[in-house]
Amino acid sequence: MAHAATHHGHDHHEHEHHDHESLKTFGFWIFLITDCILFGTLFATYVVLRGNTAGGPTAEELFQMPGIIAETFILLTSSFTSGLAVLAMHKGNKNQLIGWLAVTALLGASFVFLEVSEFVHMVTQEGATIATSGFLSGFFTLVGTHGLHVSLGLCWMIGLMIQLNKHGITAVTKRKVDVISLYWHFLDVVWIFVFTVVYLMGVM
Amino acid sequence: MSQANSHGHDAHAGGSHGSLKSYVIGFLLSIVLTIIPLVVILNHMFGETTRIAIILLMAILQFAVQLVFFMHLKEGENARWNMMALVLGLIILLTIVAGSLWIMTYNQVAH
Repeated sequence: MAHAATHHGHDHHEHEHHDHESLKTFGFWIFLITDCILFGTLFATYVVLRGNTAGGPTAEELFQMPGIIAETFILLTSSFTSGLAVLAMHKGNKNQLIGWLAVTALLGASFVFLEVSEFVHMVTQEGATIATSGFLSGFFTLVGTHGLHVSLGLCWMIGLMIQLNKHGITAVTKRKVDVISLYWHFLDVVWIFVFTVVYLMGVM
Repeated sequence: MSQANSHGHDAHAGGSHGSLKSYVIGFLLSIVLTIIPLVVILNHMFGETTRIAIILLMAILQFAVQLVFFMHLKEGENARWNMMALVLGLIILLTIVAGSLWIMTYNQVAH
């Protein structure tokens, strides 16, 4: 009797726990949508300002496509590998999960490295700073905000790998992996629009 | 304990983890949708308006591909709510972007 009661209580608890986790995932989805709107305002600002170069360098002069193309494919591949991490998680394979997350983080780090080198080159070699023109203010704010999101995602992913190593695949770490992979796919989607609107239209 | 529980109980909790096949298809489609605009721009194909239309269309298609094949928008128990939140977000986003462009384009006259 007592056993049945505890068992029931336990089930109930598990059920609530599960609802709680799926509600958190939904909450994160809503955050992503507000983040989408944030990027929308930055895109609008960039597009409005992109002709105002104030005598400074223009997009055609600044952008070097080989590096940008590499960044694009690196981020695209990392979006795919973060999906593979989720698949490994659902197979219950912890080492494979951490492995794919590590691959994703390494690709993300190479992306950030390439982007920072691009910015350093612009500022030191071309004298194109955020204060040079309206075009560059819009550019650095938009692309920099995206880069900041990726860097933040990297720290988060490293923290999550440590947590997974310590606690294994539980309901909580599962939700966290689901959420970070959503975040990572979202960053790839934003990059596609950066690539199209900023770089491709810039060198046209 | 909690690990054993989560395995059986939460198998359908996320409900939206897709299969290897859907990730591979999504990845291949994304690569193709990235290469098409690159080829169009780097080879200076078509007129300016057509080029812009093509690369924007490819970006939107890739957005859809990632939503369906990577983010599994249409799967899972929350699919309906996810979709409604997304549509609301997109309406706000498009209003901000299109509205800003419209106002600022016509504002040039007032200089």
